[in-house]
Amino acid sequence: MSILTVDFGSTFTKVTAISSEKILGTAKAFTTIETDIQEGLDAALTSLNSEIGPREYTHKLAASSAGGGLKMVAVGLVPALTAKAAREAACSAGAKVVKTYAYELTPADEQEIYDINPDLILLSGGTDGGNKEIILHNAKRLAAMDRGFAVIIAGNKSAATDCADFLAKTGKVTVTCENVMPAFNQLNIMPAKNAIRALFMEKIIEAKGLGEAAKIMSAPIIPTPLAVFEGAHILSDSLGALMAVDVGGATTDVYSMASGYPTLANVTQKGLPEPFAKRSVEGDLGMRYSLDALVDAANIDSEELASFQVRCAADPSYIPIKNTPDKYLDEMLCGKAVDIATQRHAGYLERIFTPFGETYYQLGKDLSQVKYVVGLGGPIIYSDNPKAILQNTIQSGESLKPKTPKFLIDKRYIFAAMGLLSRVNKELALKILQNELTEV
Amino acid sequence: MNGKTLVMGVIGADVHAVGIKILSHAFGLAGFNVINLGVMVSQEEFIEAAIETAADAIVVSSLYGHGEMDCRGLREKCDEAGLTGIPMYVGGNLVVGKRNFEEVEKTFLEMGFTRAYPPGTTPEKGIEDISKDLGIT
Ligand code: B12
Repeated sequence: MSILTVDFGSTFTKVTAISSEKILGTAKAFTTIETDIQEGLDAALTSLNSEIGPREYTHKLAASSAGGGLKMVAVGLVPALTAKAAREAACSAGAKVVKTYAYELTPADEQEIYDINPDLILLSGGTDGGNKEIILHNAKRLAAMDRGFAVIIAGNKSAATDCADFLAKTGKVTVTCENVMPAFNQLNIMPAKNAIRALFMEKIIEAKGLGEAAKIMSAPIIPTPLAVFEGAHILSDSLGALMAVDVGGATTDVYSMASGYPTLANVTQKGLPEPFAKRSVEGDLGMRYSLDALVDAANIDSEELASFQVRCAADPSYIPIKNTPDKYLDEMLCGKAVDIATQRHAGYLERIFTPFGETYYQLGKDLSQVKYVVGLGGPIIYSDNPKAILQNTIQSGESLKPKTPKFLIDKRYIFAAMGLLSRVNKELALKILQNELTEV
Repeated sequence: MNGKTLVMGVIGADVHAVGIKILSHAFGLAGFNVINLGVMVSQEEFIEAAIETAADAIVVSSLYGHGEMDCRGLREKCDEAGLTGIPMYVGGNLVVGKRNFEEVEKTFLEMGFTRAYPPGTTPEKGIEDISKDLGIT
């Protein structure tokens, strides 16, 4: 058996050749989505062949985050209920969920969605037999928008047909699936996740100029974050509860593989149940395209920082040189992105005062017992001090982040490739991951 | 099924779990679609559940004597959340000790509850009243 994995990234197209035992070689070339994606792939393959010689592959597997990735917007009714369930479903499918909306969409929301120009919208709202009014209103508003997105309807089943009719009238592609929250507090993300995956295959791949590349692969192309998600999942089969953090130019993604049940006494779990395998995406925490938003979220400012922001905006591929003030700023900001993104991903405690004294509600996942944190993505793996960055994942205050984790990094950038490989050979993917990840 | 949805639970920091089980079971048998939120339910949880499920009424149980404190403001929050005029019922051991119930009832009706019940009220009494109020024949 020999396997080729391809990761069409926004900047680089990365190829990895794998035998039945190990990684044979890797290579990369610039992604050429503006012209023909095949050029970048061919260049990467040529470079790979010069390293390991030409080969025939039994499996060719690919993931893509090119062209901005799978850009989505989630729409629900109550923020902590269907809106959260919809976001959870879209994140688990590997989408870049730019924003989540609750209640009736306002004209300002509509303008924002128009500007985001998502590939897909996940529309939910109401339990089955519950509220219909809001999802119908929102379906009408989305129908009226002059954008090419497709809509997945995953809300109150009593309203689904009418929603689909409204959207079809203006030519929107729709797919209807089971409700993301069919009964109160019941999370049901699989059907929506599958619908997103199907639409990605049928529609987005073609629209992003990956149609030809898809034909030479032996399995459908999947979103890169989904491949990373699957890599993290198999790794947890052997390492136990873990968290992975992927800092990129536009987003910071956090993955956790853990039940997240309360571990503290005197704590009651509240809110929508959390999935064992959870992914979150922070569109305002990126090192280049969303650097200004990251600086806002981190609530810091200085003159040096402002001029660094200007340099990054002018050239998003800018990589500061070792031991320069810019390098220091870059690493500090990366730490902030990790801190804030893991804070949002993990659960927290809310102190409640009762007639009998204090007690606590737990909202979200308790990740305090997580044993490993894996660092992914350029800003972490090429850092001078990845450990210092990853220490930002450690618990402080009332958040339930890991307490005493060990830190691993994906030095050779193979996590997504192993996620792809796991689809045909789980044991091998796990074995390679265990060898490749380095403790820092 | 009578087509009416009720959201019910034990409000505040109250952990008495048995009564609400019996209550939700009884209302279910009587044909209601019951969303039982269990014990230690905050006002916000009642409201959020009622919005998503398009509930026809909210049924609050309070057994540990602090009902007055826990229930205050629920009507205003419902109004705020767009659940204007939703019928609200409350029962259990609403206050500490043996205060005159007429007085207690008055307090809760003033807070915006549709009906308030004294200790020991059977589920059947509640079913009868709520069915009538929601126009179930
Ligand atoms: C078991 C029990 C406990 C258990 C509960 C275990 C559990 N997880 O369920 C424990 C030991 C934890 C407990 C703790 C406390 N308890 Co206690 N407990 C009881 C006890 C003995 C039985 C409750 C019960 O299950 N009854 C059986 C069910 C079927 O009846 P029910 O709860 O009354 O519910 C029915 C009706 O009231 C009615 N109903 C209820 N709500 C509504 C609403 C509507 C709209 C309608 C129509 C009807 C309705 O329908 C229900 C079904 O038939 C009662 C005394 C008693 N005999 O009732 C005290 C009692 C409720 N407890 C009491 C107290 C004071 C406490 C504590 C504050 C004690 C303390 N100082 O620590 C704590 C509070 C803890 C907390 N945070 O909630 C007092 C309340 C006094 C008051 N309100 O004036 C009681 C009445 C005992 C007493 N006589 O002093 N308790």
